[in-house]
Amino acid sequence: MTQNDDLGRRGERLAADYLAGLGYRIIDRNWRCPSGEIDLVAVDGDELVIVEVKTRSSTAFGDPLEGVTDAKLTRLCVLAGAWRRAHPGVRTGGSRIDLVGIVAPRTRPAAIDHLRAVA
Amino acid sequence: MGGAGRATAVALLGMTGVLVDIEAALTNQKPGIKLVGLPDAALREAQVRIRSAIEHSGFEMPKRHLTVNLSPAALPKHGSAFDLGIALAVLVTQGVVDAEAVGDAVHLGELGLDGRVRPVPGVLPAVLAARRDGRGTVVVAAGDADEARLVSGVRVVPVASLRDLAIALGAELDPVPVEPVPAPVSRRRVPVVPDLADVVGNREAVEALVVAAAGGHHLLMVGPPGAGKTMLAARLPGLLPDLDDGAALEATCVASIAGEGLPEGGLHRRPPWEAPHHTATAAALVGGGSGRIRPGAAARASGGVLFLDEAPEFSAAALEALRQPLESGEITIERATVTARYPGRFQLVLAANPCPCGQFGSVDGDCTCPASVRRRYLDRLSGPLLDRVDLRVRLDRVSAAQLRMTDEGGGPTTEEARGRVLAARQRTGARLAGTPWTTNAQVPGPWLRAPDRRLAPEVRAPLDAALERGLLSMRGYDRVLRVSWTLADLAGIDRPGRREVGAALTLRGTVR
Repeated sequence: MTQNDDLGRRGERLAADYLAGLGYRIIDRNWRCPSGEIDLVAVDGDELVIVEVKTRSSTAFGDPLEGVTDAKLTRLCVLAGAWRRAHPGVRTGGSRIDLVGIVAPRTRPAAIDHLRAVA
Repeated sequence: MGGAGRATAVALLGMTGVLVDIEAALTNQKPGIKLVGLPDAALREAQVRIRSAIEHSGFEMPKRHLTVNLSPAALPKHGSAFDLGIALAVLVTQGVVDAEAVGDAVHLGELGLDGRVRPVPGVLPAVLAARRDGRGTVVVAAGDADEARLVSGVRVVPVASLRDLAIALGAELDPVPVEPVPAPVSRRRVPVVPDLADVVGNREAVEALVVAAAGGHHLLMVGPPGAGKTMLAARLPGLLPDLDDGAALEATCVASIAGEGLPEGGLHRRPPWEAPHHTATAAALVGGGSGRIRPGAAARASGGVLFLDEAPEFSAAALEALRQPLESGEITIERATVTARYPGRFQLVLAANPCPCGQFGSVDGDCTCPASVRRRYLDRLSGPLLDRVDLRVRLDRVSAAQLRMTDEGGGPTTEEARGRVLAARQRTGARLAGTPWTTNAQVPGPWLRAPDRRLAPEVRAPLDAALERGLLSMRGYDRVLRVSWTLADLAGIDRPGRREVGAALTLRGTVR
């Protein structure tokens, strides 16, 4: 399990760097509440972006983005509301959910796939 | 990201093919595939087959959401023949295959999980539809190539696998040879048609069979169990002439839709033979089924013989369903959204016991049925149905004397009888040239009673007398006339004489 946790951490770092490169401002990481965890919270322009990062070491079991189930998407919507309520000081125009899929083989550079505004 | 791709396939409604546009488009959602356009269960499962086939062919599924639309969207679509077209449209969205290369070709085939292309039923009518629409190229499974090539004027491209197809369309890949999936072997038409010479005794019934074959008349045989009704009926297809080009194409189309495969010569040239069991439902007899409307026994028998053994045991609904094809030669199956048409030009042969126990009227057995039961038994064959049956013969069990007589020379062989039938049909054809009919059974009464074909008064005297005395209805009168003409054609004379009219009256028979 620690191996997978390491992979997840590494993926989240890669995703944060990637989004920062796109001009997103990362304002929170691994935010937890009783409903679950948000990997990254960023601001893109005046939009709040809730980011779910899914990392796999290969596509042998499918693309990482396929691993985000409908139930998970629903939970992310709930978490987005929870985060906004917990941070009333952060004022943004709207919010959306982005997915970042990362295929990170142990020996080769990782491939990053960014899916905007899935919900 | 490529974006969108398209390809063409064919949806079948009965015998009619409708070209279906397949569009595949990628949208910015998480990976998945959604098929729209009224697919049935088998077609919806294409999503699973296609995914596996694409990945096993050395390609990748798109990493975005894929929407596949089958248009016209309101037309229900059935079966797995769309797999190949859908997979190709997906490959175009991926940029693996160039959209230009796909062009207006029509693609028909099911995909195996390993990426091989499997034969599908209904290729022949689908290719005919493609040609009618002016499409020049049809891509089919290697196993279906022979069937597709029966249609002239269309270029047929057989492919063994999805990878083969991509390579043929210009994808730069190394070919991986696979074993093509073979076409289903024809399980139709008994290869050995039993010979008429096997029939012992029952000379009148054998003669009636020859008359039925020569004139295309529907036939009813009534007799106790063991009299040889089934044996005789099975010998009728052997007496019939080969199907002409149109009928053979039609019969092969129906066989193709029924998934029965091709005979060796390409087209089904011999008249088909269908003998549904008496528990058959109306849908089994004329066609139907949930979702896809499949051809029933009557459609599969078109151009040949539909034999109903123990005819009174069939459900009334099943028997009544036969009235429409008997009337129009066509089977129409109506659904809320669609109408399917199949050909229904079969020759009907009915066999029945005279009563539930089967012994009534036989020389060597006693009937145990109450009179009322006996009367009701044959009444189950409704008037409108029997009205179309020109020949009604009574059979009896073969006696020892008849069996002994066969040692001295039996009845005619199938070969001899067919010779007579062919000669008679030639005479009929010459006389009916320029009319819409090809056999005496199809000719309506008024045409036979027209001045230049009317029989001399002394010839039709027994008929007129029977009509006057109420023994014969007008419809029955015409039926006897039709059979008389067939008898004249068999005898090689120009028009029926007293002999033919007399024999026809006997063959019309009373069976109850």
